[in-house]
Amino acid sequence: MSAISRDDVAHLASLARIELTEQELNDYAGQLDVILTAVASISEVAADDIPPTTHAVPVVNVFRDDVVTPSLDRDSVLDHAPAAEDGRFRVPRILDEE
Amino acid sequence: MSAPLIDFDEVIANFDPVLGLEVHVELGTASKMFCGCATEFGAEPNTQVCPTCLGLPGSLPVVNGTAVESAIRIGLALNCSIASWCRFARKNYFYPDMPKNFQTSQYDEPICFEGYLDVDVETDEGTRTFRVEIERAHMEEDTGKSLHVGGSTGRIHGADFSLVDYNRAGIPLIEIVTKPLEGAGKYAPEVAKAYVGALRDLLRGLGVSDVKMEQGSLRCDVNLSLRTSPDAPLGTRTETKNVNSLRSVERAIRYEMQRQAALLTDGTAIIQETRHWHEDTGVTTSGRVKSDAEDYRYFPEPDLVPVAPSAEWIEQLRSQLPEPPAERSKRLREEWGISEKEMQSVINAGALDLVLATIAEGADPAASRKWWLGELARRANDEGVELESLAITAKQVADLEGLVQSGRLNDKLARQVIDGVLAGEGEPAAVADSRGLQIVSDDSALLEAITAAIEADPDAAQKIRDGKVAATGALVGSVMKATKGQADAARVRELVLQELGQ
Repeated sequence: MSAISRDDVAHLASLARIELTEQELNDYAGQLDVILTAVASISEVAADDIPPTTHAVPVVNVFRDDVVTPSLDRDSVLDHAPAAEDGRFRVPRILDEE
Repeated sequence: MSAPLIDFDEVIANFDPVLGLEVHVELGTASKMFCGCATEFGAEPNTQVCPTCLGLPGSLPVVNGTAVESAIRIGLALNCSIASWCRFARKNYFYPDMPKNFQTSQYDEPICFEGYLDVDVETDEGTRTFRVEIERAHMEEDTGKSLHVGGSTGRIHGADFSLVDYNRAGIPLIEIVTKPLEGAGKYAPEVAKAYVGALRDLLRGLGVSDVKMEQGSLRCDVNLSLRTSPDAPLGTRTETKNVNSLRSVERAIRYEMQRQAALLTDGTAIIQETRHWHEDTGVTTSGRVKSDAEDYRYFPEPDLVPVAPSAEWIEQLRSQLPEPPAERSKRLREEWGISEKEMQSVINAGALDLVLATIAEGADPAASRKWWLGELARRANDEGVELESLAITAKQVADLEGLVQSGRLNDKLARQVIDGVLAGEGEPAAVADSRGLQIVSDDSALLEAITAAIEADPDAAQKIRDGKVAATGALVGSVMKATKGQADAARVRELVLQELGQ
């Protein structure tokens, strides 16, 4: 049984707001399945007493002091946006909310 | 569009409400949660942003240590357990208020869990304490602010887009989630209001946030469902957002109980959805229906290492917690010599900190309470704002009381000075000067007015001459009127009696 179905890929694409063609859905389902199956092989060697690893190095509590550092210049920030108006990023309206 | 409602008493007769409250608190740190951008409220749009909070490629977050400390202190004050090891998680969603396309939050490993906060509510049987159980308090970051243009707002015809300001994106937030609150019955709206109020007092006491609901640094979402009896299974809930004042918490819950009850009575199912509270019209309207769009694909944040507060650190923070609000109120009650009910009215009015600050500025406790709970509470109510939002400071109230104590103003004139201070005319003494407010203490001026009053009302004067001192009131009243309230009523009374041989 494959690790990821075509429907799963379609669902993820919709969550990510990416439009995929029928062909792409089939292709990605196959490719992602190969990746997931490869990653799943880790669980074959991980025993129950080994906690899931999220970092390669066992470090905790990396904090910075609560100190303000300079922000970016607004004009240079907005220059990189596809559209801007009134000092703000201009984006397509997504949800019809207040 | 308003939904059909049924009478609140009828709701209570037929249904049992179950509440859940999610409160978001913006911490008062100088810098953001994961970067050094400033957090100041009201700055020009997009002037407090950097590669990290804009989610630019290659940027890496680093946790603000003070925010973690604040989170632990909040948890301890809420009687929570503190995780000895926990991680941040990515909450993935695609909406322009989060440029990274995920919010850094905590998922199944909140830093604080399993606590409670006791709140007192006035019931028909006297004050009753309700225990609000806390499920968790976790760390996350705030989102940007969107300004929607076009569509219904019609600012630009035919336009349909949003303008986004990311200054708020990345400001440290603590989300405090209660367990389902059952058994409050008809007091559910009051319990919720008391809880949010008590939480606000506690957070302010900790000094971790400015907790200004009107500026959004304390925000409340209300989950509510109804069931036919306490033994029945939980009903379908709605989540009401945009509840931005203590008064709204109570009103929104009352409204939602009446709305849901009307639907259920009619045999209509409740839709699980997000609703928006409208402060101006006092109704909730449907937002978005909860669907699989809320599939956040949480996973541990790979760019941050775990947070593992040591037992020593936690105990050190615990030992430095301020006096809990409930204990403080008991101590102050004894110091001020007032009843529990009087104390409760100070707390319910949101006046405790203001009264304390006024006392610290030199006024006595009784006078401080009198101003905040009397005249100023009335002004706040008229304006529909919280007491603390009035444009008058504790120092100004103490100064005002000083002017009364020194004999320069009486209470009536002091109220006019309050008008001036609230209107932005300056400090109390300056307002009194510029408006020419001063008790008339010159006896000759008063005697002139008294003579006129006696002539105008010979009957009253004769009664006083005959020893009916109670008739003095009428003459004092007309003198006060003639002097536009600027006389010292006690002195007028003395002079009236003296003039009429008493």
